[in-house]
Amino acid sequence: MPKLTVNDIEVDVEDGSTVLHACEAAGVEIPRFCYHDRLSIAGNCRMCLVDMERAPKPIASCAMPAGDGMVIRTDTDRVKKAREGVMEFLLINHPLDCPICDQGGECDLQDQAMGYGLDGSRFSENKRAVDNKHMGPLISTVMTRCIHCTRCVRFATEVAGVPELGAIGRGETMEITTYLEKTLASELSANVIDLCPVGALTSRPYAFTARPWELNKTESIDVMDAVGSNIRVDARGAQVMRVLPRLNEDVNEEWISDKTRYAIDGLRRQRLDRPYARGRDGKLQPISWDEALQTVAGKLRKAKANRVAAIAGNQCDAESMFALKSLMARLGSPHSDCRQDGAKIGGARSGYLFNSTIAGIDDADALLIVGSNPRLEAAVLNARIRRNWLATQMPIGVIGQDADLTYATQWLGDDATVLDELLAGKHKFAAKLKKAKRPMIILGMGALRRADGAAILGRSRQLAEAFGVVTDKWNGFNILHNAAGRVAGLDMGFVPGRGGMDVAGMAAAAKSGALDVLWSLGADEIDFADFQSSFIIYQGHHGDAGAHHADIVLPGAAYTEKDGIYLNTEGRVQYANRAAFPPGEAREDWAIIRAVSGAIGKSIGMDSLAELRAALCDAVPHFAMPDQIFPAKWAKFGGRAKLAAQPVTNAIDNFYMTCAISRASETMAECRRAQQADVAGTVAAE
Amino acid sequence: MAPTILRRGASWFAGLGKENNTGTKLFCISGHVNKPCNVEEEMGIPLRELLEKHAGGVRGGWDNLLAVIPGGSSTPLMPIDVCADITMDFDALRNAGTGLGTAGVIVMDKSTDIVNAIARLSYFYKHESCGQCTPCREGTGWMWRMMERLVRGEAENHEIDTLEQVTRQIEGHTICALGDAAAWPIQGLIKHFRPEIERRIAARHAVDAVAAAE
Repeated sequence: MPKLTVNDIEVDVEDGSTVLHACEAAGVEIPRFCYHDRLSIAGNCRMCLVDMERAPKPIASCAMPAGDGMVIRTDTDRVKKAREGVMEFLLINHPLDCPICDQGGECDLQDQAMGYGLDGSRFSENKRAVDNKHMGPLISTVMTRCIHCTRCVRFATEVAGVPELGAIGRGETMEITTYLEKTLASELSANVIDLCPVGALTSRPYAFTARPWELNKTESIDVMDAVGSNIRVDARGAQVMRVLPRLNEDVNEEWISDKTRYAIDGLRRQRLDRPYARGRDGKLQPISWDEALQTVAGKLRKAKANRVAAIAGNQCDAESMFALKSLMARLGSPHSDCRQDGAKIGGARSGYLFNSTIAGIDDADALLIVGSNPRLEAAVLNARIRRNWLATQMPIGVIGQDADLTYATQWLGDDATVLDELLAGKHKFAAKLKKAKRPMIILGMGALRRADGAAILGRSRQLAEAFGVVTDKWNGFNILHNAAGRVAGLDMGFVPGRGGMDVAGMAAAAKSGALDVLWSLGADEIDFADFQSSFIIYQGHHGDAGAHHADIVLPGAAYTEKDGIYLNTEGRVQYANRAAFPPGEAREDWAIIRAVSGAIGKSIGMDSLAELRAALCDAVPHFAMPDQIFPAKWAKFGGRAKLAAQPVTNAIDNFYMTCAISRASETMAECRRAQQADVAGTVAAE
Repeated sequence: MAPTILRRGASWFAGLGKENNTGTKLFCISGHVNKPCNVEEEMGIPLRELLEKHAGGVRGGWDNLLAVIPGGSSTPLMPIDVCADITMDFDALRNAGTGLGTAGVIVMDKSTDIVNAIARLSYFYKHESCGQCTPCREGTGWMWRMMERLVRGEAENHEIDTLEQVTRQIEGHTICALGDAAAWPIQGLIKHFRPEIERRIAARHAVDAVAAAE
C-alpha cells in the first residue's frame, strides 16, 4: 500500500495503482482523454501531466505507477501550463464544429476545453482534414475530429477481441481506420461510441435526432438477453431516442451489446396500439378494450379450466407473469409454462442459475461450454470470459457448434455424448478440467432445449460434482439463459402445476383438440401452427408471430414502457423503470390481466402495481431485494436418460434478431445485412 | 579503444578530458568545413581546435563562420561568438544553452540561410514524428509551418514569441525525446538570430506595402 502526498493531502492507494488513481483518491480531478479504467494504459494524450517532486519534467499520471513517498503536485504553474499547452495542441487541428456535432453537450473535449483551454486560437495555418471511414451501420465517423487517443483501437483489440481497428500513417497524418473499410465484426462494437472522447465516432442511427439536454433519462434494465445489463433509457416525449450503458461492476461493467443499444427503433414499428379481434373474414379487426375484455372473459368463462393454458414469452416482466399465474390459479388451470423453447429446466434453483455469478467468471481457471455461443447469447458476459482468458490463458472446451468466440477454444465435438466421455475421464480435456481449482461449466439453451435436455442437465451436474466444479467455496455450474424473463418465471413457478402441461404438452393437446384457450403473454417463438384449434389470446407489444396467429390481441407495453422486475441469468433481481408510455391504447401488461380477471368475475385482487408487487414479494421473498445474489443450494437435478448422439446446436444464430423488438428494428436488419455482406465478401475474396 | 582501455586501465582513460567529462568522444564534423570527417578526440577539446585540426577549418576561414550545431540536429545552434572559445564537452555546452548530444557537429558559414536551415530541420522532425502523443504530433507540424513562413518573412513579429512558446509547450511534455529534439533547434534560432527573423518580416512587410500602394 504505497502512501503518497497529493497537493499536501496524504493518501494510501492499493498496490498496482497509478499516480492518477492516487490523485483521484485525494479528491483531485485529473483531466484525461486516452486513459480509461477498463483499457490498457496508452499515455499518449498527455493531458494528465502532473508534477512529481525531484522529477525534471511533468509526468503522465496515468502511466506512472504510484510509489511510496511520492510527492505529487497538480496545482503548480508548470502543470497548468502543460495542460493548457496540450489542450491547445488538441484543438489546433480539431474542427471546432460543436454546433453540428452530435457529441456536443456530452463531449470530453468540450468539457475539458472549458476547464483547461485558452480563450482564443493562435493557430493561423490550415487545419488538417481527414477522410471519414466506413465502420458499418452503427458507427458514424467524422475523423477530422479525432484526437488519436486510441481508446477505440484498444477497446476493439482488448475487450471486443476483434483487432480490426488500428492506426495507419504517422505524425500528423496518423489516422484511425478499420483498414479494409468494413463493418466492425463485433457484437459490442458500438461501445466505441461511448468511449470516443470527441465526436469522431458517433451513433449513426441516433445521428442528429436529439441533444442530450432535451432527453429524459431513466435508469432501467435491458431485456435483449438474460445478462440484465444496466441501461439508461433516454426518451424525448413518448419516443425512446437511445439506450446507453449504466455502470454495474457485477453485471455489464460499462458495456452493452449492439442489440441492447440499437434494437430500440423496433419500438416504433409494428406496434400493437389497440385491441384487435379476428373477424369472420379471418382478418384482424380493431375493437374497443371493452369488447376485447368481454370476448376474452367470455371465452375463459366458457372453457373448462383444464382446457386453458398460458405461455409466457422471453421478455416478460415478473409482475405480468405473476398476474397471469394468479389468474390461471383462480381459473384452476395448471397449464402454465415460461419455457417457450422447451428447455428442460426448473425445480432446484441451482439447476437453472448462473451460480458462479457473472463476476465469478473472473475467478475461473478452466471452462467447459456446452451448447452455447456466449458471444451471441450474452455478448457482454463473453467479454468477461475473454478478459479472463487473456490474463490466464485458461483452457476452454466447447461442446456444440464450433465458433469464433474471441478467445482460443478447444472444440471437443458437437455430440452430447462427449459429456459421457468426459465423465468417464476418457476425453483428454477431462484432465484439464480435473487440474483446475475453480473449473466452470456454462450450459446453454442450445443443449437444454433438446429432447434429452434433462439428461444433459443431469450429466452436467454429475460432471460438476466429479470435477470439483461445485465445492464449499466455489460453484462454477452455470446455466446461460437468453431470455430476460425466464429466471423470474422459474423462480415464481410459472411452470406446469400438478398435472399441468408444458409447451410441448400444450401443443400436443391442441392438436388433438383438447385445448380451448391459449394465452400467449408475449410468446412469439412457439409454433402457432400446433395451436390452430385453440382460441389464441395474444398479449404483447409487437405484431409478430403471436399477433399474426391470434384470435384476439391485447396490446401491452414493451420493456421501456412499464415498471418491471427482471431476474437475470444469475438470479439477480433488478427493477426496470418506465421511460415512456405505451403507444395508443396499449396498457401495462399486469393491468390488462387484472382487468380480464375482473371481467370474468374472478378477480385476482392486486389493484395497483404496489399491491401486485407486495403479493409477488410475499410469494417469492427475494423479489423484494434488488441487486442481491442469493446463492442457490446445490441439489440433485436433471435426468439420467441416455444422451442422444446428435449434434448440439446453438439457440441463437442471428444475433441481431432474437425477439419481436429486434425483428422489427430496421437498424438490426441493416446490421444483419452488413454482416452477411462482409461474410460474403470474405468468402468471395478467398 | 576498448582494448587500449583494457591494456592501460581505467585511470588512464579517465585521465583524458576534463573533470566530469573524461575520456574521448567520436565527433562527426559536417557542413561548411574544408574536410568533413569522423574523428575520435579527447573530450573538452576547444571547438575551434577540433575544426581546424581535423576538418581543415571553416570554409573561407574562421571569420566566415555563422553558427555551429554542436551535438546533432536536435541541439540548439551556437553563433560564432559562442563558438570562439567553447570546449566540446557536456558541461561547457550545457552551460552555453546547448548540448554535446551525439557530437554530430554541423558547421554553417555565412552563406547559410540560417532560418531556412532550421526550417528544414523542423520539416525533418515533423516527418519523423510517430503521431502517438499529442504535443509532438500536433506541435511539430505547427512549428514547421510557422518556420516556413518565417523563412519568407510572412509573419508578424509577435509570432516569433508564439513560436517560442509552442516549442516550450512541446518540450518536456512528450513520451519520447523527439518532441524535445524538434523544439530545441528553433529555440536556438530565436535566441541567437531573432534580429535576422525580424529583418525578414520587416522586408516582407515593406514589399507588401509597396505592392499595396501600387
